[in-house]
Amino acid sequence: MLAIHCPLCGERPYTEFRYGGDASKRRPALGTMAPEAWHDYLFLFDNPKGPHREFWQHDQGCRQWLLVVRDTATNAVGEVILARNAGAGAGEGPGGR
Amino acid sequence: MYRYSLSRLVRHALSDRPWPRAWREAKPRSHYDVLIIGGGGHGLATAYYLAANHGMDRVAVVERAHIGAGNVGRNTTLVRSNYMMKGNTEFFEFSLKLWEGLSHELNFNVMLSQRGQIVLAHSPAQMDALARRGNIMRLNGIDAELLERAEVRRLLPYLDYSAAARFPVLGGLLQGRAGTVRHDAVAWGYARAADSLGVDIIEGCEVTGFLQDRSGVHGVETGRGRILADRVAIAVAGHSSHVAGLAGLRLPIESHLLQAFVTEPIKPFVNHVISFGAELFYISQSDKGGLVFGGHIDGFNSYTQRGQFPKVRQVAECAVALIPGMSRLKLLRHWAGIQDMTPDGGPFVCRTPIRHLYLNGGWCYQGFKATPAVGWCLAATIARDEEHPLVRCYALDRFARGAESLDEYGHGHWPYRH
Repeated sequence: MLAIHCPLCGERPYTEFRYGGDASKRRPALGTMAPEAWHDYLFLFDNPKGPHREFWQHDQGCRQWLLVVRDTATNAVGEVILARNAGAGAGEGPGGR
Repeated sequence: MYRYSLSRLVRHALSDRPWPRAWREAKPRSHYDVLIIGGGGHGLATAYYLAANHGMDRVAVVERAHIGAGNVGRNTTLVRSNYMMKGNTEFFEFSLKLWEGLSHELNFNVMLSQRGQIVLAHSPAQMDALARRGNIMRLNGIDAELLERAEVRRLLPYLDYSAAARFPVLGGLLQGRAGTVRHDAVAWGYARAADSLGVDIIEGCEVTGFLQDRSGVHGVETGRGRILADRVAIAVAGHSSHVAGLAGLRLPIESHLLQAFVTEPIKPFVNHVISFGAELFYISQSDKGGLVFGGHIDGFNSYTQRGQFPKVRQVAECAVALIPGMSRLKLLRHWAGIQDMTPDGGPFVCRTPIRHLYLNGGWCYQGFKATPAVGWCLAATIARDEEHPLVRCYALDRFARGAESLDEYGHGHWPYRH
């Protein structure tokens, strides 16, 4: 089973986490008027077969949002960091529910 | 074509003469009018209708593996047209009508079994929603019948009607013409019929790149060399992003896993297709006796074609909550297919921003039941270089245009929630 190594709680089964989608996207700056920029941000996906940067929330644990690098061809999980430490390059936060 | 018939069947039964191959082992020619990437149900159906409806005989289907290896053989074989959103309603009804004549059309028994599909309601609000859906279907000339609890109980006596049922059954919506089809026969039937009209079906031929310049696409690079084509269509659900990426396109698609399950065979028990209303769960019984069922996608992007066990457990819980009698059945097999998921749960059947390149993908949960209509409409789209009226709602630029939504359930724009 897919397991994610939470920086705070250690390795836990993925069922404790909630998926938050592609973390490589960057939201256009507020005030961006070009509809194409918003369309691309909302609707287009790189969808790689290989390493994928994505958000997960450890919602049955520490409730922290994490930034996970997972290989979509093998499900092997690589680096996991707290999303709040990921910096501006990590996109502008996960999609809410 | 070597036609199948009762007299042929008798003659072959009485002699040791072998049946001929169903389709030729074609070698790639240097040039085609139309080249279709992907030898699944959709690609083969498109090739067939290009030849049958539009008289095009210089058509090739290139398939990375072999015919029937992908999602056409991994789905749960259901066909229905109980859709509510404008666009979907008409398209899927057209598809169901093509299913109804398909065995004769292809001279191949696809074993359509119109046993009826019942969607269950477990709350008064769900009954209202089903009544609305049924009314929309009937306004579009599609059969739909709202059932009360007693009527559901008469048809499906084995559901949990006890006072302890976690999700009490209040009623359901029956589409009598819905049912199942033998999915392998669809792939083989279209392949054989297309081949007989001159279509080259080239297996073991992976596309590795596109030949393109400013005026559009002119062919493909493959593991078996360069093939020129005036028009190229992508029909590779699961890997649409990957193949379109070779041409420089970025799509509104994510690839997700959908698992399906079959139990050990038992005597006839589930005589309809049933959809649970409390969760996404659907079940039918195959002609061999196995109960075939499935649920949601695993929930995160993946190309592994191998599902996660917690989903097996969750789907099994749905099964037992709905049909307690299943609790002691053994699972015989379970498997996963990679499916394209889109921001609104709807597909793409359209031209692309690149000239002479056409896209069919993004089918989410509904690709199999769409197979004949996709073939029909994509063939027309390619032949006329203009979208067939039934697929105008499935354009790639619908999000950019703010076109009418196809989102049947209102999940928003996250593909993994559809």
